[in-house]
Amino acid sequence: MSRQPLIRARGLHVSFVSRDATIAAVNGIDLDLNEGQVLCVLGESGSGKSVTLRALMRLNPKAKTVMRGELNVAGHDMMALPESKLPALRGKVVSMIFQEPMTALDPVFPIGRQIVETIVRHDGVSKADARQRALDLLDLVQIPSAKMRLNAYPHELSGGLRQRAMIAMAISCRPRLLLADEPTTALDATVQIQVLLLLRQLQEELGMGVVFVTHDLGVAGEIADRVAVMYAGRIVEQGSVSSLLARPLHPYTQGLLGATVQPGSRGARLTTIPGAPPDLRRPMQGCAFAPRCPQAEESCRAAVPEFCHPAPGRTVRCIKVMETL
Amino acid sequence: MLSYIARRILYMIPIALAVSLVCFLLIHLAPGDPIAAMVPPDTPPDVVAQVRSDYGLDRSLPVQFELWLEHVVHGDLGMSITRGRPILPDLIVASGNTLILAVTGGILGFVLGCVFGGIAGVCRGTWIDRVLLGAAVAGVSIPHYWLGMVLVIIFSVGMHLLPAMGAGPGTSSVWAWDWAHIQFLILPALTLCVIPAGLVTRTVRGLVSDIMSQDYITTLRGKGLRWDGIARHVFLNAAPTVIAVMGLQLANLMGGSILVETVFAWPGTGSMLNDAIFQRDFPTLQAATLVLALFFVVLNLAVDLVQTAIDPRISRS
Repeated sequence: MSRQPLIRARGLHVSFVSRDATIAAVNGIDLDLNEGQVLCVLGESGSGKSVTLRALMRLNPKAKTVMRGELNVAGHDMMALPESKLPALRGKVVSMIFQEPMTALDPVFPIGRQIVETIVRHDGVSKADARQRALDLLDLVQIPSAKMRLNAYPHELSGGLRQRAMIAMAISCRPRLLLADEPTTALDATVQIQVLLLLRQLQEELGMGVVFVTHDLGVAGEIADRVAVMYAGRIVEQGSVSSLLARPLHPYTQGLLGATVQPGSRGARLTTIPGAPPDLRRPMQGCAFAPRCPQAEESCRAAVPEFCHPAPGRTVRCIKVMETL
Repeated sequence: MLSYIARRILYMIPIALAVSLVCFLLIHLAPGDPIAAMVPPDTPPDVVAQVRSDYGLDRSLPVQFELWLEHVVHGDLGMSITRGRPILPDLIVASGNTLILAVTGGILGFVLGCVFGGIAGVCRGTWIDRVLLGAAVAGVSIPHYWLGMVLVIIFSVGMHLLPAMGAGPGTSSVWAWDWAHIQFLILPALTLCVIPAGLVTRTVRGLVSDIMSQDYITTLRGKGLRWDGIARHVFLNAAPTVIAVMGLQLANLMGGSILVETVFAWPGTGSMLNDAIFQRDFPTLQAATLVLALFFVVLNLAVDLVQTAIDPRISRS
C-alpha cells in the first residue's frame, strides 16, 4: 500500500462541455506523487492548474466535465469510482484548501461547526469529541484564543485566520493527500509567509503528500520538493525544485522566471512573455507555446513535442531542448 | 436586542397615525354620503341633519379625526354605521377568520414554494426546472378570484365534494378544527396559496441555484459531505431571504384577499372591508385598515428578528 505512489496520472484529459463550446482545460498530463512529497504546480491563470487539482478528487462540476485517461489516487481508481463513493474519500483521504477563504467558508456557520461536521462525517465521533478535536486543530494551526474563535463566523476573522481555519478543516481527518489551490494568493505578503511556513510544518508533522498550485515562484521555492510547470493544459517541464529554478530549460519556464520581480532590479525594465495563452476552445496543433516562443520554428507547430529527459529527474516537452541532447 | 425591539414597537405609533390619517382623508375624498345610504330616500332634511350630527359628521375634518383618534386610544373603534353595533367585536371575529385562512394558505404556499423552488434550483436548466418555473409564473399570473370560481365549479358544483361558501356548517359562526369546518377552508386556502407558492418558488429557485454555485458549496463537497449535509447549508443560507418574502406575503394574505373572501363568502376582514366600502361604512373601513396596518408592521418586525437570528452578518443592535 505504502509503496504505491499517492498519485499516479497517465494521459489525464479534462474538458468542459457546454452547448457553445468544448474547452480542453487539461490535455493529457502525467503526474506522480509519493507519500509525504510536495509537488508545486506552476502556471499562469487559465493554464489548467486548478482544474487539474480539482480533477484529482473529481470535484469539477460533474454535469459538464469530461475526464479521460488514467488516474489513481491513494490506491483508488478515480476514473472507475462511482459518484456515490467519492464523498467517503473527500476530506478523509484527499482534502483541499481553497484560494479565497472568505467565499470558501459558509458565511452563516461558525467555523467550529464547519470543522466539527467534517470530523463527525468521517470519523463518526460524538459532537463533543469532535468539538474538542476542532479546538486542538485550531491550536495546531496557531489560531490565538482558539476556544473563542470556535464560535466565530468567517466574517469575524481576518484573512489569515480564516485561511488557518480552512487549513484546520482540511487536515481535520488526517488526509494522506492535501491539495492546496493557491492558498496564499488572497493573503497579504506577511501573512502569506506565515501560512506557508505553517503548511510546511504541518506537512512534515503529518507526513501528508501535498499538491500545491501557485503562480508564485517564490512560494514554489519555499515549499516544494518538485515543480511541474503547466501551460495550456499540459505539463511542459517537471523537475526537482532546486534544479528547475536554477536551470529552467523550457522557454516558457525561462520566460516565467525572467518575468519575476527581483529585489535590486528597480529601474530595470521587467521582462514579460509577449502574447497571451491560446484559446482552449480551439484544438491546438503542435507546441501550445510556439506562438509566443522566441525560439519557435516550423517544426514546433507540426506536432506536440514528446517528453525528453535532459537530466536525471527532469522532463521537458520541447523539441529545441531535445535537439541539444 | 431588547432595546431594538422596544424601539421598533415605538415606531409603530407614528406609522399607525400616518396610516389612519391617510385612510381618513381618502374616505372623505371619495364620493358618496354615508348618511344617504343609511336613511330612506324620502327622509326629511331635518332628520338627516339630526343623524349627521349624531355621528359627528357635521363637524370639521380635523375635529372628526381628533375625536376618532381619542376613541381609538381608549380602545373604542367606534360604531358601524350599517350594522349599528360596535366594530371591535366584529373585527376580532373577522380577523380571526382571516388569520385561519391566511395562515393555512400561507403555510401551504410556503411549503409548496420551498419544495418546487428547491427542486427547480437543483435541477436548473433541465425540463423539470422549466415546468416548475412555468407553473410558478402561471400561479402568480392567474387572477385568483377566477381560479377560485373555477375550483368552485369543479369541486363544488361538478363533483359535490366540498362546500362552496361560508366558514362552517349552517349558521355556526365559531371556528373549530374539525372536518365539518375544515372542508370549508380547503378551496379558499388552495386559491389563496397559489400566489405565495409561485413567488416563493421563484425566490427559492433563484436562491438555491445561486447558493449551489458558491465557492463554499465546493468546499462542502470537497470535504466529503453528502447531499443531506450540503442541503443543511443551502437551507440556512436561503432562509433569511425566503422568510422576508414569506413575511410580506403573509401580511398581504392577512389584508384578507377581498376578492377571494368575496368569492367564497368567507367572513373575514376582506369581506368586511368589501361590505364597508360598498355601504360607505367609513368607521368600519377605518378601523379595519388600522388593524391591518398594525399587523403589517408586527409581521415586518417578526421577519427582521428571525432574519437576525439566522444570519450572523445582520446586526440590529
